[in-house]
Amino acid sequence: MSKKELSLGADFTKGLWDQNPVLRQLLGMCPTLAVTTSAINGLGMGVATTFVLVCASLMVSLVRKAIPAQVRIASYIVIIAAFVTIVDLAMKAKFPALSKSLGAFIPLIVVNCVILGRQEAYASKNNPLRSVVDAAGMGLGFTASLIVLGGVRELLGNRTVFGFQLLPDVWEPWIVMILPAGAFLTLGLILGGVNMLNRHREQAALQTARRASLAVKEA
Amino acid sequence: MELFGIFITAAVINNFVLSQFLGICPFLGVSGKLSSATSMGMATTFVMVMAAGVTFLIQEYVLDPAGLGFLQTVSFILVIASLVQFVEMVIKKVSTPLYRALGIFLPLITTNCAIMGLCLFAVMKDFSFIESLVFALGAGAGFTLALVLMAGIREELELANVPLNLRGAGITLIVAGTLALSFMGFAGMKF
Repeated sequence: MSKKELSLGADFTKGLWDQNPVLRQLLGMCPTLAVTTSAINGLGMGVATTFVLVCASLMVSLVRKAIPAQVRIASYIVIIAAFVTIVDLAMKAKFPALSKSLGAFIPLIVVNCVILGRQEAYASKNNPLRSVVDAAGMGLGFTASLIVLGGVRELLGNRTVFGFQLLPDVWEPWIVMILPAGAFLTLGLILGGVNMLNRHREQAALQTARRASLAVKEA
Repeated sequence: MELFGIFITAAVINNFVLSQFLGICPFLGVSGKLSSATSMGMATTFVMVMAAGVTFLIQEYVLDPAGLGFLQTVSFILVIASLVQFVEMVIKKVSTPLYRALGIFLPLITTNCAIMGLCLFAVMKDFSFIESLVFALGAGAGFTLALVLMAGIREELELANVPLNLRGAGITLIVAGTLALSFMGFAGMKF
């Protein structure tokens, strides 16, 4: 996945859309679905995951030459677990309410496949600067997807986004949206929407290419 | 009767996959075929029961007396990873056909958050040793049930005319949503 000709900027932005961990790679689904009952939960989870991802990528990239290939997965997991413990303790101290509503899903960041996936696919093969940029892009893409999913579910299920009421009182809240079933349905439809957008973009690109080749022939 | 309640609660009322969102990755990844779904469910259940037992002992006799609660995450994940490795070696030695059938699914179990989640929940709920084991058995049964249900539906889905943009992950998630909706019917049960 790592192409040498990719610029630093492109390394950062690929995580936002083209290789968005949730919407395109379908990684890290468990926290994505479980905590997004509101936009603020999505934000909290996203920031915590991004922090662990960036720190672990930096660390793995720094020690990548010292780790024997046979024990690399176990080493990555220990590095990740150390940073997750830091986040867990910090959250409990600074944001007790958020920490309570995210519950077991903070320690469960350890087994988030987005993080392990980036260590294996990127940080173990690239220099620290690139790894951090890549991790920050992926983390931001992950956070953005979580906020969108949480926002939609909170809006339809509770009339609010980030605690601000956006829909009028006459709107009957769709309770199902903040229940488990709503998470699956919303993400399924969002994925459908993303596919549709991409298909449109591809077709538009194809048409401009066709027009350009026609123009060349005519000339 | 209380143990039975824990089993039923873990298996259907609070189904790990459909109402707690644990183990979604194998649920979406390995539910394409009925036979592999069954194998995956069995292997996961086995590791779950083992992991629940070992992590209970570690929490009770090492972490708690020594006041090392902050090492919980690190030690649990190490236990699970080495347990999966160990199970793989034992199965390879004891039964080659079973090893072939499970093959690639075994290492995948390490990153299954249902197992880690199970161990954390068992500690949070203050279960005794036997209760932890029954809880793990129930969670494993629920995981297998969800996986097998999904695989059955997806085999039928192959023949269905799905809208172009929803093909693949989209329709799978929507089907999972419908399944979750039907599992909400168990929510009223109390033990």
